[in-house]
Formats: sequence, structure tokens, C-alpha cells
Amino acid sequence: MAEVPQGGGGGGGKDGKVRVKKSSTKIDMTPMVDLAFLLLTFFILTTTLNKPQTMELTMPEKEKEGDKPPEVNEKKVVTLILGPEEKIYWYQGITDPKVELTNFSKDGIRKLLLTKDKEIPGMIILIKPGKESKYKNLVDILDEMTISNMKRFALVKITSTDEELVKESNL
Amino acid sequence: MGKIKVHRTNPSLDMTPMVDLGFLLVTFFMLTATAVPDEPVTVNTPASQSIVKIPETNILLITISNDGRVFFSMDGKYHRQELIKKVGERYGVQFTDDQASRFAVMSSFGMDIRNLPQFLDMAPDKRKEVNQPGIPVDSLNNQLKDWVIFARTTNSQLRIAIKGDGNASYPVVEKVMNTLVDNRINRFNLITNSEAPAGEAEAK
Repeated sequence: MAEVPQGGGGGGGKDGKVRVKKSSTKIDMTPMVDLAFLLLTFFILTTTLNKPQTMELTMPEKEKEGDKPPEVNEKKVVTLILGPEEKIYWYQGITDPKVELTNFSKDGIRKLLLTKDKEIPGMIILIKPGKESKYKNLVDILDEMTISNMKRFALVKITSTDEELVKESNL
Repeated sequence: MGKIKVHRTNPSLDMTPMVDLGFLLVTFFMLTATAVPDEPVTVNTPASQSIVKIPETNILLITISNDGRVFFSMDGKYHRQELIKKVGERYGVQFTDDQASRFAVMSSFGMDIRNLPQFLDMAPDKRKEVNQPGIPVDSLNNQLKDWVIFARTTNSQLRIAIKGDGNASYPVVEKVMNTLVDNRINRFNLITNSEAPAGEAEAK
């Protein structure tokens, strides 16, 4: 490094000793370190490490005109209607169904799905969320599908017949 | 007897390594921290046992609040600028460059596009006070559809995510999903909270 000659600075002669007051080169770094650790604590506490989870949902292609809906054996169809207040109405088959009630608990829908899955090979589940159901119910039921490993299910719009069935069942 | 000399060590110790590490961590956390965008509504997403994480970029986020209002948001500053011009053109609403750049850095919004220029002219702290009515998704006036379509044309890699409040009523969610399916978007993500996987263990 180049040094800047400093002769004659300070005004004192060479003989008369002028004491240049030397201040220590060490500075107190405590406040800086305090601040650094304060920031560190702040950032550690505010960072959220859990990213939100996501559920992939694939909907069927929209029906074109003239498309025939796929035909299925009605005995294999189990319909779940999501009602208000966490109720699930369900029935098997399509002609003259017997509507029963279950709920989102572990002994409710999960047990039902697992037993029905054993009874009916190739079961098809139709999920019909009712007008009064909440978004939470939909997520819950989709979650149940993943938990009990159901492969064939579809999200279907509720029909007026279904609504009447629920009403008639008085459950 | 000679006196036993107790060896005294200097009580002050060198803290340089600790401070170094401290600063390193500060730098790390500052750089990785992402500011949480202030959303116009708070949404409590329902819990699920899904463990798929959502990607960080190229997300089109449709938020549904618990009272059924729909909000739209997309990431990518330049894509957003392009998007607002395109949708504005479609509805005959003119946006100045200033308004477009403000829109680019905004979080989600939920209102009729005709009210958007006025909203963008407000100061940022005033904007927070506005009670946004949500984007129209009725069959007669489905603006969400155009936002989604034009968003997909500006950024073809977009993934669509729906972030709904657990208490949002299903018909609104259905309208949003139908809007997507009508536009041949059959695959989308539902954003959920993670749930303790206790139930899963029992089920298996």
C-alpha cells in the first residue's frame, strides 16, 4: 500500500515532542453484534418453513354435444351426497335407492368405503356436493378417497332427484 | 512452603467466530425470507393429508373467501403487466402504464375490471381499506373466465391453484371449477393445510 507522507502534520517541531493522542484502534462492537443477533432472532422466528400443501384434482373433460356418457353397471355405483352440517347421505345403485346417513368420522365414511370396496369389485363412487355443503366437506371427502385408496370416483353435479331423495329420507 | 500460584486466564474470550456465524445466519435468513403478500382476505384453508408441495413459480391463484367472494392473483411481474393490458382491451378499459405497473406488484384482487383503474390510483394504504366485492363469476358476467384465459395466453406454463376457505359454500366453488373446466382446464390444485398424518397411519 502506498503511504502518504505525513511529515509536518500537527505543526510540532522535531525537537519538541508533541504527543499525538493515540486512540485505540479497537472499537466496541457490542451494539452491532446485539443488533445482528436481534435481526437473526427476528428472521428465524418469522420465516415459515412449511409451504402450503396441494391436492391435485383432475376433472373429466367437458361433455361435447352428442357425446354419450359412459355406461356403467348401476350396482357398482355408490353415490355420496354431501349435505349440510357435515352429513353424508349415501346410497348404492340408482333405481329405488335406500338413502342412509353417515358422517366424516373415522367410523363413518372411511369404514363405509372400505367395506363397500370389499363387497363391490370395481366400485364407482359419485361425489355429489349439495347446495348447502361447504368447501371443507369437498376437501375432506377427496382426502378420504386418497386415504382409503379409492381409484374410481367422480365429482358430479347434484340433481334434483338427489335432493328429493335426501328430503324424503328425513335423516 | 511455596505459595501455589493459581493460573489465571483472561476472562474475556474471542467472540469473532460466533459473530461471524451470527452474521452468516442473518444474511441467510434475510435472503431466503419472502415477504408475505398481504391478502385482501384471510383464508383458512381446510386440512388434508396430501403431502404434495405447491411449486413456487408460475402459479395462478384463485382465492375464495368464506363469504363466497372470488379473488385472482398470478405471479410474474411482466406477465401481470401484459395480462392487465389484454384483459383491459377485452373489456374496453384503458390502463395507463403507471396503473399497469402498480397492478404488477399488487397481491390478489377481487373486483369488477371496470373498477380496477380507480382502485389502482389509490394509495397503497388506502387500497387495504377497500372492501373488495370479488370478481364476477356469474354465467352472464364471468370475468374470471377472461382473466384465466388471458393469463394462460401470457404464461403458458401456469398451474392453476384454488385456495378456498373451509367455510366457503360449495356452489361458489362449483362455479369457479366449472369456469375452469369450461375452458379445458381439467387439472388444478386445491391448496390445503397439512394435517397430522395420524389418521393415515390408522387407516393403513
